[in-house]
Parts: sequence; structure tokens; C-alpha cells
Amino acid sequence: MTSLLRLPRLSWRFIPVWQRNYLVWKKLAIPAILGNLADPMLYMLGLGYGLGSLLPDVGGMPYLTFLAAGTVAYSTMNAATFEVLYSSFSRMHVQRTWDAILNAPMTLDDVMLGELTWAVSKSLLSGLAILAVIWGLGLYGHFWMTLWIIPVVALVGFCFGGMGLVMNAVSPSYDFFLYYFTLVITPMVLLCGVFFPVSQLPAVVQGVSAWLPLTHAIDLARPLVVGSMPDNITLHVVALLIYGSLGYVIALALTRRRLLK
Amino acid sequence: MLRVRGLTKKYGDTEVVRDLDLNVRPGECFGLLGPNGAGKTTTLRLLLGLIEPDSGSIELAGIEVPKHAREARMKIGVVPQMDNLDPDFSVCENLLAYGRYFGMEKSAIVARVPMLLEFAGLANKADAQIAQLSGGMKRRLTLARALVHDPDILFLDEPTTGLDPQARHLIWQGLRRLLADGKTIVLTTHFMDEAERLADRLAILDHGRLVAEGAPRALIESHIEPAVVEVFGEGLADWTGSHASSLCQRFENVGETLFCYTSDADAIIDSLKHAPTLRYLHRPSNLEDVFLKLTGRDLRD
Repeated sequence: MTSLLRLPRLSWRFIPVWQRNYLVWKKLAIPAILGNLADPMLYMLGLGYGLGSLLPDVGGMPYLTFLAAGTVAYSTMNAATFEVLYSSFSRMHVQRTWDAILNAPMTLDDVMLGELTWAVSKSLLSGLAILAVIWGLGLYGHFWMTLWIIPVVALVGFCFGGMGLVMNAVSPSYDFFLYYFTLVITPMVLLCGVFFPVSQLPAVVQGVSAWLPLTHAIDLARPLVVGSMPDNITLHVVALLIYGSLGYVIALALTRRRLLK
Repeated sequence: MLRVRGLTKKYGDTEVVRDLDLNVRPGECFGLLGPNGAGKTTTLRLLLGLIEPDSGSIELAGIEVPKHAREARMKIGVVPQMDNLDPDFSVCENLLAYGRYFGMEKSAIVARVPMLLEFAGLANKADAQIAQLSGGMKRRLTLARALVHDPDILFLDEPTTGLDPQARHLIWQGLRRLLADGKTIVLTTHFMDEAERLADRLAILDHGRLVAEGAPRALIESHIEPAVVEVFGEGLADWTGSHASSLCQRFENVGETLFCYTSDADAIIDSLKHAPTLRYLHRPSNLEDVFLKLTGRDLRD
């Protein structure tokens, strides 16, 4: 294991891998966009208007705005996670596309960087769609401030893409991913302030929540929607970078053991 | 073209490849034969630099592997055992995508596509989806894909396993064309007829070790008697007891059949005329006989 765990060798050769995924996605872009984007938007608008009309301001803002800011992070997380779990697993394990690429002058580092950057691209698309709704409905404080959400979304995609690749590396089948959703993703959605402020939770749970990557993502995104500078920017950015990079490096080692032993 | 010295690979305590020496000359077709689990696929993965050996050296077209595996792979085309064509792409798109993995410009790949499709006999299938192709077409496309960057040397891992005779002959035809063009081919197979037909020289591996190496005819001549009489039928045990050891240089009882290896088949056949319940098959010995002599008849899976 120690010999497998080493710094990744990054190179621009990941681009043909990214391009491969892009060209395949492009063929079915319209249904893919509808499938990926309609769901979070319906939740956001349904709950935002339906539940929002019953609620006073939440976290100092209308509930729809509160929820929209949470949904940017949440749908970005989901987009990256689904991509590196189900889609990457299809390419790696079911279709053996990675094996074919590895016979060319490409390393596993290249292939997985291509997958990770593709997951970031997919999450950008998801995040931007929600952002477009935020713009359209005028849910923001300052327009220029909301542009900072774009790099935040990319960062969140990187974080959850890297983490998800670890699951991809150890999974024997698609069914295995349910554990990750039930034990990691769903608790995060409930504990990190997507639907309600973290301050509503018991102190102990708040302590746990502070360590979770989705909390860092939302702590960056929500103030930017409302129109103020987030607190502790460096902390949140570094936390997301660490989760994503550690995930990528560990995933690389585990996948190397899986495919190239 | 390929020089391997003392190559060893261990998984835990098992040596999958043991102290292997190989020499493949430019323009020749070299066969790697061996029962399942003999270390053929592991050897190919080592040669590609996909896995690192525990000891030994590999030099491919003058390039050290695995140290410079990336440069070496620019010169190698690979046809893997299991089809891994990209099912999300059409026939033509598969070639385009694969060329990009070699860093080729799109125009350079596009220029080669008609030739590759013609080679694969898929000129009218450029826009077909992979799922619509037959097994033989998929193999041919995989072979064409391996040629997209015009490699000097081709690695084929059991290229015709699972194909019907017509499809196998088409693949062999393609490989002969490549040899005529001066390409070097290294192929693994457990089909003896394939090895005998294609390989200029071959190596037989068993338990990761090289047990014999040479041209197919030379291997047959040096390892085995020239003729085989397979005897079967009622009364075989009696005939074996009374005649086998005196008439055959070597014999082997496998299930219901006695394999008599000999340089004087007529003597055996004469004797069999007096045993009307026995039936026999007289044939020249072949590579399969050598293979079974060297690697045994027990199942490996």
C-alpha cells in the first residue's frame, strides 16, 4: 500500500480523456441536462415556495433564498458524486474503457485526472443552472458578488469528485454506492444546512457538521448569494481542497491496486 | 525488437513469471503459448510497463521498460483479450478517440481512418454502433484500433478466442498482411493451429517458466516422435499390456484413448490389424502433442 500511495504525476494528457467523456455526453446532452437539473430545481422551487410561504425569514433571509443558496452546493455535490460513482464505474469496470486507454501512452494518473476534471465540468453545469434560476428570480443581493459562486461551484465539484473516486476504486458493483449515499451523502444533506440552518441542531451535531465538506461549501455559497463576503474564506477553500486532493490521491492508490496489480 | 532478461514477477509468494528470457526479432511473429495461468497475460502486461517486475530487464525497440513505458507504448499496438471498444462511440469515433490518446492530431487520425476501416473490412460500417457489430467485426475493429498510431510492434492477447472459423481466418489474413508490411507481432494463444500457422518462433510457458522455445517445426522435431497413433475401442487394456511398450517409443493412456508416439507407425498399424475390436487414428505429430508433453494433461483452472 505504501508503495502505491505517492504524489500524482499530473500532465495535460488528461485532456483526451475529458474530451472522450464530453463527446459522449454531447450526444445525449438535452435529456442529460433535463435529468440532472430538473430534479434539484423542482425541489428548490417546490419547497421554497410551498414551505417558504409558511415560514418567517430563515437565517435572516426569505426561505426561498436560503434554500436556493443551499441547493447550489447540494446539486453541485450530487452532480460530481453521480458522475464519479455511476458513470466512472461504468467506464472503468463495466465497459473497460480505462483498460483500453491505459494501453495507450497514458497513465492511471492521466485517466483519473480526466475523470475528475470531467466531474468538475458536470458540477459546474449543475451549479450554473441553479445560479441562473437565482439570477432569474432575483434571489441575490449583489449580481457581481454571485459571480464568485462559479469558482466555488468548481471547487465543490473537485472536492466531491475526488471523494467519490475513492468509492469508485473500492466498489465491487453499482449496489455498493448505496452505502455511500446512505452513510455519507444523505446525512451531509441533512446536517450541513441545505434545508435549515445548522444552528437548529444540537451542539454536538453542530460540531460534527463543522467538519463536513458540504458545510464548507454552503458557508461559502450562501453569503455570496445574499451579497456579503463569506467569513473564513481560506479555511473553507483549504478544507474543500484537502478533501478533494486527498480523495484523488487515495483513489489513485486504490485504483492502481485494483487495475494494475 | 524485444529483449527480455531474467524477468520475474511475484504475487505474494507465487512467482507468476519466473526468470524469463525472450528475444523477438524485427518483422517476426512470436507466439507465447501456455495453459491458463501460465503467465502469458502477466508477461504482456509487464512488457507494456503496466505492472512493474520484481526483477529482470525489458528493452522494447531500444527503449527501457517500465522506466520509459510511455515512449515504448507509442510504438506498440495492443489487442486485449477482452473487447474493450468504447460502446458509447460509433466505429469511426472509436478510432478517432483512440488516436487522441496517442496525442495524434485529429487531421492525422482522420487521414488514416479509411485505410484502417478497409483493413478491418468495415468500410461500410463507419457509422455503425458497437453493439450492432458481430464478434468477428469487433475483433477486427480492435485490431484496426491498435494500428491507429502506426505502431512497429503489435501485442495480441488471444486474438481469436471465441470467434467462429470464418472470423478466425479473416483475423489471420489481417495479421499476415501486417507481417508482410514489416510489423513485428507478439501473440499469446492456446490454439496450437493458430500458433503453428502464424508464428515464426514460439515460446511455451508453464507455471511462469519458459519450457521450450523455437520454430514450430523445430519444436516438433526436437521434442517429439514424428508420428502418433491414437488407439481406442474394446480390448485396449489387453493390447496396451502386450504390445504398447514394445512397439511405441512413448505412450500415454488418456481416458479411453492410448496415444502411441513413434517413428515407425507401420509396425503399430500391422499389430492393430490383428485386433479387430480396436480402432485407430494415424497422424503426424503436431504442436499440440509437444505442448501436452511439456505442460501435462491436467486441468489448470
